[in-house]
Amino acid sequence: MAETQLMVLLSLVLFVLGLLGVIVRRNLLVMLMCMELMLNGVNLSFVAYAKQTGTTSGAALVFLIFVVAAAEIAIAIPIVLMLVRRKRTLDQREFTDLKG
Amino acid sequence: MIDSLLLGLFVLITLGGAVATITMTHPMHVAIGLITAMVGLGAIYGLLGVHVIAVFQILIYVSAVMVFIVYVIMLLDTRDPSFSKRFSRLLVPAILVAAFILVGLVGAMAGTRPRGLIDAAKAVSFGMREFSVDFLREYWLHFELTSVLLLAAVVAAVAVIKGERGRRG
Repeated sequence: MAETQLMVLLSLVLFVLGLLGVIVRRNLLVMLMCMELMLNGVNLSFVAYAKQTGTTSGAALVFLIFVVAAAEIAIAIPIVLMLVRRKRTLDQREFTDLKG
Repeated sequence: MIDSLLLGLFVLITLGGAVATITMTHPMHVAIGLITAMVGLGAIYGLLGVHVIAVFQILIYVSAVMVFIVYVIMLLDTRDPSFSKRFSRLLVPAILVAAFILVGLVGAMAGTRPRGLIDAAKAVSFGMREFSVDFLREYWLHFELTSVLLLAAVVAAVAVIKGERGRRG
């Protein structure tokens, strides 16, 4: 199997595992970490294609994704801490305020 | 030869870390699994010759983001029920959907032929110099926009904390 194909396959598996984690896990922090796993999978596919085509555009995008991921965590963690303070739990089943 | 072996090894380490991330019970173990996956990915980037990204993977993801998350896990109460019960009721349908998506994506990948393929021998691995020149020549606007995004994130984080404090009195 070619290197690029192996990398893209790994990136798909990482993305799907992350998605699975976001859906099935109950702990909010673990869900956040699974989202990071999804982002990592996407990064790997960008790098694999950048490597295949010999251009820097994929790497530049990955660099921008790093910044966005850092910003996302900087916002998400205070929100999670605030929710914990309000509900006294990290269990996502407790956060049903918007349920119709 | 040894490069391929190392690549295979790090692919396995990354997969193991990813599986640990979604199966472990305690968030700290989950974080360690995720860190393993990220370090494995950093090694893969290094082996692919994209050293810039490998360095940033370790510096930003493992050092900054994950250390932040580990600190937050240490702050929280471990008697929380979500610390002991891992999965929600959606486990079986979610696994089915994930398997379906994975099969669909792999099928889509196998069905497409790489277009405009560039000879792998010609594909140069780029170092910090090429990356920096290209980055600041072509992507300077995106770079500036992300700095605005980071500023917005900082302001939002402060607003979230201040708003909560104001509400509590």
